[in-house]
Amino acid sequence: MTAKSETPTKTARDLWRRNGLIWAALMVLLALTLSFAYVPLGAANTPIALGIGATKAGLVVWLFMELAKSSALKRLAAATGLVWLCVMFTLTLADVLARLHTH
Amino acid sequence: MSDAALLKKPWQSMARQRDAGTFGIWVFLASEMLFFGALILTYTVYRVSDPAAFTAAARETDIWYGTINTAILLTSSLTMAVAVQASTAALGFRRLIVACLSLTVALGVAFLVVKGFEYKEDIEHHLVPGLHFALAQPAAQIFFALYWVLTGVHAIHLTIGLGLVSRLALLIWRRKLVFDDNPEIEVTGLYWHLVDIIWIFLYPLIYLPGRAS
Amino acid sequence: MSDALATGNLPFPPRPDYLRNGRTVTSWLTTTDHKRIAILFALAITFFFFLAGAAITAVRIELLSPQGHFMTSDTYNKLFSFHGIVMVWFFLVPSIPNTFGNFLIPMMIGAPDVAFPRLNLLSWYLFMIAGLVTVYMLVAGGVDTGWTFYTPYSTMFSNTHVLAAAAGVFIAGFSSIASGVNFITTIHMLRAPGMTWFRLPLFVWAIYATSIIVVLATPVLAISLMLVIAERWLGLPIFDPAHGGDPILFQHLFWFYSHPAVYIMILPAMGVVSEIIPCFARRRIFGYDFMVYAMLAIAGIGFFVWGHHMFVSGMSPYAGLVFSFLSFIIAVPSAIKVFNWTASLYRGQISFDAPMLYALGFVGLFTTGGLSGLFLASIPVDVHVTDTYFVVAHFHYIMVGGSVSAFFAALHFWWPKITGRMYPESWGRFGAILMYFGFNLTFFPQFLAGYLGMPRRYHTYPPEFQIYNIMSSSGAAILAAAYLLPLGYLTWSLFYGKRAGSNPWRATGLEWTTTSPPPPENFDSQPRVDRAPYDYHPEGYSAGLGEPEVQNAREVE
Repeated sequence: MTAKSETPTKTARDLWRRNGLIWAALMVLLALTLSFAYVPLGAANTPIALGIGATKAGLVVWLFMELAKSSALKRLAAATGLVWLCVMFTLTLADVLARLHTH
Repeated sequence: MSDAALLKKPWQSMARQRDAGTFGIWVFLASEMLFFGALILTYTVYRVSDPAAFTAAARETDIWYGTINTAILLTSSLTMAVAVQASTAALGFRRLIVACLSLTVALGVAFLVVKGFEYKEDIEHHLVPGLHFALAQPAAQIFFALYWVLTGVHAIHLTIGLGLVSRLALLIWRRKLVFDDNPEIEVTGLYWHLVDIIWIFLYPLIYLPGRAS
Repeated sequence: MSDALATGNLPFPPRPDYLRNGRTVTSWLTTTDHKRIAILFALAITFFFFLAGAAITAVRIELLSPQGHFMTSDTYNKLFSFHGIVMVWFFLVPSIPNTFGNFLIPMMIGAPDVAFPRLNLLSWYLFMIAGLVTVYMLVAGGVDTGWTFYTPYSTMFSNTHVLAAAAGVFIAGFSSIASGVNFITTIHMLRAPGMTWFRLPLFVWAIYATSIIVVLATPVLAISLMLVIAERWLGLPIFDPAHGGDPILFQHLFWFYSHPAVYIMILPAMGVVSEIIPCFARRRIFGYDFMVYAMLAIAGIGFFVWGHHMFVSGMSPYAGLVFSFLSFIIAVPSAIKVFNWTASLYRGQISFDAPMLYALGFVGLFTTGGLSGLFLASIPVDVHVTDTYFVVAHFHYIMVGGSVSAFFAALHFWWPKITGRMYPESWGRFGAILMYFGFNLTFFPQFLAGYLGMPRRYHTYPPEFQIYNIMSSSGAAILAAAYLLPLGYLTWSLFYGKRAGSNPWRATGLEWTTTSPPPPENFDSQPRVDRAPYDYHPEGYSAGLGEPEVQNAREVE
């Protein structure tokens, strides 16, 4: 249904061009995260690696999985998973970190 | 015209059926997020408890296998995305869809083959927790316990995905399945991308720590 | 047919109802009809209910005497563990959602079936496989970890069949998730024309909220059990303290599921009661919107409170404070519901048929269970009564007093719709009253024993607690009779019961506007909805005396 809004004369080449660009961006990010891993940045290494990972995941979710074009309902479903994930991490780590720092 | 062949009980319109299929799989993916999220939480808790052991252990993984596999999976997401969009375009891209789905399967199998080589190497390097474990720090064994669980569960998900995608490829190739605007392709695609996303997060958690120090 | 004529309905054109639409065993085992799958689930959970009930009967007999002559401690541990595991995952969690939810959700929203009928059947098969693994676990020798599988006992020390037990629950989890996804999608996508969100019967809202919890919490249970399996079977030291493993982490993962699981068990029960009370009080439900928000709030806040199971585990006291505070908050939406049910009774034309007796019993027992929960949310009291019979009494009031009462309420209320037959009313009322007294006699003394310090999960106990245990065990005998009784008279009614009309209770939901039992596709013509549920009386009146306004604007004539 979403395809109807685009040009009806879409060719295979169009498909490859659009998605190929995203793929290229993903590859660049992969190269980037690999190189950053070898740069000694101390505590910053992990956040950078995870930040790049999140960016890659965002590209896949938003463009490959077409959440950008999906209904609010599907975005809500995805967001709910994320929010509950945060609840689980926050409350568990609240205990674990508090225990680590009181010992 | 293809709608009649695809419409299933209890739906009255194809648009609604498609909407329900993709919404349903998104709900399931939210569930999967919590599934892998709980494992990653376990990893996080142990990593903050003993960061040194975790970086030391992570250094023992083979970064090349890991990186090649990341590239393979990202590429499989590309072929999957093209297959899905070719199907939703509803312009009769049968050969393109079959080719893309087959490529996706091939890349998925390649991932598992690389993973197999990596597992073999890990076993040879005594990276299986137990008596003859290679590293001295106790928590390094936890890292590798989680390494095997995380990659193993991911591989099971990937294998299920391979089954689903090969089925579609085979049926469309033998002209036994409507390929234009068939929600099954989109739903399978969403699952496949999720498996890729999980790996996108596993890669920096398993292979990248401790490389700089 | 004569009944239909008497109530003013014209006879339907001959077409089989869902029960007679195919009579072979294969037609049942390959069905995708949500109503038949509901019955398949009902048969399975009834089997498990009595299996787990048998286990606890032996435990109650054992506890009659302080020394326990009847069985060894090992057998005792295995029996209460089996009771817990089977009651939680093979009865309570699937009980109302997979039977009544499955049967009623499509009918209440005016749909011909659930969104994914084949997935629905798959869910049943997964459940049966899980059940088979669990029965194997019992036959092979049982498990003694309790239903909670706490590490490091379950991973390093127990010599029983932890693997099979965990695997059974793990598989049952997939069945839960499949049904949860199915219900959420059904409610979003298949509502009849005019059935807006705020015209949904509260039972539908309850199943919706429950399904959200199922989908988001069950995967975490799966992981916690998978890690136990990995540690036991593959020797991966995940929770092993000698390797820096953290057994408390297991409890976090386990309770992230298992506390919300309490709401998986109680929300559907609240939904059932919210259908029955307005019907038998002939009143609109008081504060429909608040009932909806309260259920969603319970589903949401339910995820923030799991730490109150862990106050004495060695968890950080700071985290304990946060969890304690959050646990008090969840009492608010629960209280809103109780007040609204009570207010719905006020100035009603109340009749005390069996479903209503069970429903009123639910309100009382749930309130008792809920109020005792406040004691447990408060850390100083909890430290005193942790792992005593106080806790046992508390959660049985919620799960057995609450959920099981509501299950029986639903069974009687929708029995005519499901089977096309009326149950014998006097037996029904007698059973409901018997269950209420049997329940209180069983579990109220446990509050006292627990408060005085009797620990749970022990095979022997100091003699001063014997009086409470004798009360409990005799109550349990009454309770067992009250559970077996409906099995008898409901089966009887299948053959000899009076035929039920479409709407024997004069209720307002869409499910009452089709025949009893319904046709395979639920409705002969697509229902259209033009009003909110529970329209039992005109605006400005306190209760309805005549026929209520049903939700279906195109009622089958």
